[in-house]
Amino acid sequence: MVEELVQDAFVEFDRVQKSYDGETLVVKDLNLRIAKGEFVTMLGPSGSGKTTCLMMLAGFETATSGEIRLDGRPINNIPPHKRGIGMVFQNYALFPHMTVGENLSFPLEVRGMGREARAEKVRAALDMVQMGDFINRRPAQLSGGQQQRIALARALVFEPELVLMDEPLGALDKQLREHMQFEIKHLHERLGITVVYVTHDQAEALTMSDRVAVFNNGVIQQLASPEDLYERPENSFVAQFIGENNKLEGTVEGYEDDLVLVRLADGAITRANPVKCGDPGSATLISIRPERVWLEGETNANTTEAEVLELIYLGDHLRCRLRVHGNEDFIVKVPNSAGHRPLVVGERTRVSWNAQDARALDPL
Amino acid sequence: MTKELPADPHVAVVATAGGVEDGPLTMADGTSLKSAMARAQFRARLRAFLLVLPLLAFVVITFIMPIGELLKRSVYSPNFHDNMPNLVAWFAKHPPGTEPDESAYAALVADLRLLKKTKKAGLVGTRVNYELPGSRSLFTKGARKAKKLEPPYREALLKLDPKWGDPALWQVMRAAASPYTMNFYLAALDLKRDPSGKIVPVEENRRIYKMLFARTLALSLLITFLTLILAYPIAHLLATLPLSKSNLLMILVLLPFWTSLLVRTTSWMVLLQSQGVINDALVALGIIGDDGRIQMMYNKTGTVIAMTHILLPFMVLPLYSVMRTINPSYVRAARNLGATSWTAFRRIYFPQTVPGIGAGALLVFILAVGYYITPALVGGSDGTLISNLIAFHIQKSLNWSLAAALAALLLTGILILYWLYDKLVGIDNLKLG
Ligand SMILES: Nc1ncnc2c1ncn2[C@@H]1O[C@H](COP(=O)(O)OP(=O)(O)OP(=O)(O)O)[C@@H](O)[C@H]1O
Ligand SMILES: [Mg+2]
Repeated sequence: MVEELVQDAFVEFDRVQKSYDGETLVVKDLNLRIAKGEFVTMLGPSGSGKTTCLMMLAGFETATSGEIRLDGRPINNIPPHKRGIGMVFQNYALFPHMTVGENLSFPLEVRGMGREARAEKVRAALDMVQMGDFINRRPAQLSGGQQQRIALARALVFEPELVLMDEPLGALDKQLREHMQFEIKHLHERLGITVVYVTHDQAEALTMSDRVAVFNNGVIQQLASPEDLYERPENSFVAQFIGENNKLEGTVEGYEDDLVLVRLADGAITRANPVKCGDPGSATLISIRPERVWLEGETNANTTEAEVLELIYLGDHLRCRLRVHGNEDFIVKVPNSAGHRPLVVGERTRVSWNAQDARALDPL
Repeated sequence: MTKELPADPHVAVVATAGGVEDGPLTMADGTSLKSAMARAQFRARLRAFLLVLPLLAFVVITFIMPIGELLKRSVYSPNFHDNMPNLVAWFAKHPPGTEPDESAYAALVADLRLLKKTKKAGLVGTRVNYELPGSRSLFTKGARKAKKLEPPYREALLKLDPKWGDPALWQVMRAAASPYTMNFYLAALDLKRDPSGKIVPVEENRRIYKMLFARTLALSLLITFLTLILAYPIAHLLATLPLSKSNLLMILVLLPFWTSLLVRTTSWMVLLQSQGVINDALVALGIIGDDGRIQMMYNKTGTVIAMTHILLPFMVLPLYSVMRTINPSYVRAARNLGATSWTAFRRIYFPQTVPGIGAGALLVFILAVGYYITPALVGGSDGTLISNLIAFHIQKSLNWSLAAALAALLLTGILILYWLYDKLVGIDNLKLG
């Protein structure tokens, strides 16, 4: 696994637990090792404990048990201002009574840096985010995207090795968001900093990160590269949470070679890749990505009947909703390529997929 | 790579917005945009005006007019002028510095006879008495005896009372002959005119107003400062505590508001007096001896303690309302950027509370400057403030003009402070809720 590849972790959560009220655990047994220079994203639904993890790392919350290490040193007892971690807050938290320049020079000032060196660093940091002309503005006089950049510049100006970002792009419109994703990624590559990023936008997580930690209920469901996460989800939650996904419920019938035979709800038997399923008789959920399914054409052991229920025209492809093995939400993406026969609603057709692409996972 | 990315769209918007055509905008029918807008807004303005009209009328009738009347009284005192026509005419004919001759005394006697008839001798005497204590009876007696006086009037009057020949009296009468006078303002500043008309300080033992103004200012500043020191942590606690707990605390803060001011002040008397709870407790604990009871009342200490307590909510509320709006992430951000908690407080939290401090301080200070009941009850002679003297002149000495002059000076002082505050902090920085 990738986790073991991280030999000397720069940031390390070691069996960390966190409870706010002493009754429920918001973070349960968190183990996470992040290498130097890595861009790791915490992705998960609202309330899954992402911000809590960042706050523990930044020092604003204490772990109820377990240990957090930074560069090998336990930091549980180091106050926030001595941790030297840059942070971009969800609401930016730019000091409203200071100009952009004063905001940026604040972290340098409290470190006792001289006036001249400060001015130089502030200028460089502003140029880095292309905001050099705004040095004398107040935060209230900036647009959301501009504030976001200033917050980023402020988190970087004192050259921390680790930068935490809590949904920094949450308040931006789509276009600006994509633009800023580029810029953050670019800065990360250029400066070689370690970034822990929080988002609940999966596209953002997949495009920016080296690795993504998918959170749910205070537990990391899977920690993997974006590609692995999408192509090889290890459990049903991840498969459901990342990208689009067709699910077929069934029970394990038995194993054959390296495949599992699953009896589906309609009684049919299908072959799947046993990723996380139990002994014969136990329930399982088969997950198949829509783009791994084809209509008509080549047939194999998994080929089955389908009925077209709905067609949605999306330009470059057609989204086709089918009834497959009794499941009425089976989605197939049909490329809008030359020579493809037009489909009609109500028509009966065939669908097929490779047994390797049908991943038999734990039931939800 | 970065250069190829599209420029920030927000920058582009700002740039084009700045580049709108220079000429005045016109509507489709050729009228200018400005006049079209003015027309469109006229109705809305009219309605807004009609809505505030009742309040405006109320304020004018109950506030602006009385204050105007008061200010007028401080410079306008017509009793002498209206009731002593002969002497006023004589003063008008003879320039200041002229020795009062027989014609002057004749005019005076004629006026005294007139006073007897109009029964206004007391009023005129009081007017002169303001500036020359002890002369009221001169006029009442003079008016009573005026009928029997025979020429030469000078000798006759001097025989009646030698004070009639006092140059100081004549000087006061000359001043009082004009209905308009600045003498009340002079008196309010412990000044007077000497016989030659020069402005000089009054005798040492009669100077009280300046000292009282200074004391009022000093005590008000002290009280403002004390309320700030006490209210700041409470307001902070209120603003950061979870709502259920902060509500309870808020009730405790507001509790004094629900009790009568008089009850609160008297309860302080129960606590502070030399046979009171605090002294008894200290004696019982053996910290002080029975003969060493601390005088905490009928002096400045009493005034300061009681007023600080009474005015505390006026500081807590504006502070709280400002602090509640300060997002805790600012302090977190500061800590994260490397600031100790003290630096984060000083540089980030405190500056953001300044509007609340300004509002609270201004409120408490202005209330303290005009406070009246509490210092009257617990202040003794040492802890009274200028407003107690204003009340004295309105209720006891009936020198309304002097009271008005004192009040006007107080008002001016407050307006100056207000102006200073605007210069230093900015009024638009004020936040009352
Ligand atoms: N200060 C707090 N006191 C008590 N409970 C809290 C506190 N902060 C967060 N929680 C609870 O902890 C859980 C996790 O919260 P957290 O803020 O970490 O979620 P998140 O993953 O960041 O969610 P989002 O995507 O909405 O920001 C939530 O159930 C939340 O109610
Ligand atoms: Mg969050």
